[in-house]
Amino acid sequence: MSGFFSKQHSVAQPGYSRWLVPPAALSVHLCIGQAYAFSVFNDPLTRVIGVGSSASDDWKLTTLGWIFSLAIVFLGLSAAFGGKWLEKVGPRLTMFVAACCFGGGFLISALGVHLHEIWLIYLGYGVIGGIGLGLGYVSPVSTLIKWFPDRRGMATGMAIMGFGGGAMIGAPLSVLLMDHFKSAESVGVVQTFLVMGGLYFCSMMIGALTIRIPPPNWQPVGWTPPVVQNKMITDKHVHIDQALKTPQFYLLWLVLCLNVTAGIGVLGQASVMIQEMFKGLVTPASAAGFVGLLSLFNMGGRFFWSSASDFLGRKNTYFIFFVVGAGLYATIPSMGMAGNMALFVLLYALIMSMYGGGFSTIPAYLADIFGTRFVGGIHGRLLTAWSTAGVLGPVLVNYIREYQIGQGVAKADAYNVTMYIMAGLLVVGFIANLSIRPVHEKHHMKHGDFDELDGIYPADDAEH
Amino acid sequence: MNQIQPTKPSHPILLVLFWLYVLIPLSWGVWSTIKKALALFG
Repeated sequence: MSGFFSKQHSVAQPGYSRWLVPPAALSVHLCIGQAYAFSVFNDPLTRVIGVGSSASDDWKLTTLGWIFSLAIVFLGLSAAFGGKWLEKVGPRLTMFVAACCFGGGFLISALGVHLHEIWLIYLGYGVIGGIGLGLGYVSPVSTLIKWFPDRRGMATGMAIMGFGGGAMIGAPLSVLLMDHFKSAESVGVVQTFLVMGGLYFCSMMIGALTIRIPPPNWQPVGWTPPVVQNKMITDKHVHIDQALKTPQFYLLWLVLCLNVTAGIGVLGQASVMIQEMFKGLVTPASAAGFVGLLSLFNMGGRFFWSSASDFLGRKNTYFIFFVVGAGLYATIPSMGMAGNMALFVLLYALIMSMYGGGFSTIPAYLADIFGTRFVGGIHGRLLTAWSTAGVLGPVLVNYIREYQIGQGVAKADAYNVTMYIMAGLLVVGFIANLSIRPVHEKHHMKHGDFDELDGIYPADDAEH
Repeated sequence: MNQIQPTKPSHPILLVLFWLYVLIPLSWGVWSTIKKALALFG
């Protein structure tokens, strides 16, 4: 593809500072992270007709729940199927399409709310917005890794931290806008969607216009690759399709899936769990504060752990997640029984930091194992583990809890078995991580393999 | 490997402004969340 959005036109000129790339990535991730704050619209959307209270024709919460679910499903699908396209066209066009989809999704949803047609919101925010989420999430990853060969973890951690931070901006911004636009006749969601769609489109476009890919064989001034090579960091490249034929891909898929399953499962229950475990001590308002605290640790962990992985090594970082994480999950029930709320909150916060760290460290882990050439696309395909965990985690936690309560276990104690099972999942994750070895050289790319997808990076880059 | 020498470096003000552009809203979001989280200790 030629033109302004082509990969060729987004190659950096000499003098371009690589420190412009992280804020370009953040411009996108801070927007799409709004998805995790979509629940702030749930209550107003149940009062679109009745305004003050729900009318009989208003949407039910169960109907609205599908909007977020669809968005997450299409996030996973677009990241998985769009990854190869991303490697072909580069980050600028991908970010542009992501901006159109995510911003446009809000506009279509605004029309859906105005006409009170739920299918338009499913299509707008769920399907089209979800595609924007997936493409936006993976678009800057490989570019960041190429610009920061000396700090892969830190670079991707900055972007993926933005996804965590996006909800923190999106939630108060939505409330602020709805408060501004609401009236006796309207809950203000239509206008809020229109403003947010425009804002997010512009912000993501700033990212798309600023991002550049490094010239062929670029490396930071004054930096030379380490002479003594870490066996777990390859200087070869594995083709995106070939990566699916390696056991390493599936082991890493399992590593991400299990880490996220455990985290996402207890994250969704955090508010109820603290209220039931510390009955009388925790009000709904302070439980909401607890969830806020967890989201801070989730976001901070994304940057902290991925940056730390540059020094600790990716495999060791995941060992920490699985060993310490399993210990923390197993300890939480006893903290609840002992009534030690401070320690309960601290342990939970640490778990959430490692949950976030699991997301942000995985791109650098993939780059170490499969090389940097197709890491964006491979990362996209690995994100199906996230979608799987998004279903598995909450289902597992809810099912086990219901079963326990059905067996006569007190509500406050019903989480104990869940936490032990989550600890068990992390032990399986530990074994999967332990089994990861360097990719066999038969999977590495050879000269000429790049022609299919790329006009930028020369074939010589395949074997250096 | 090429060592690209900066001939026309990106302007430092552009860098600062771009970082502020993302950090100011992020800080606002973090501050809003901290205020909410304080309810836990209130």
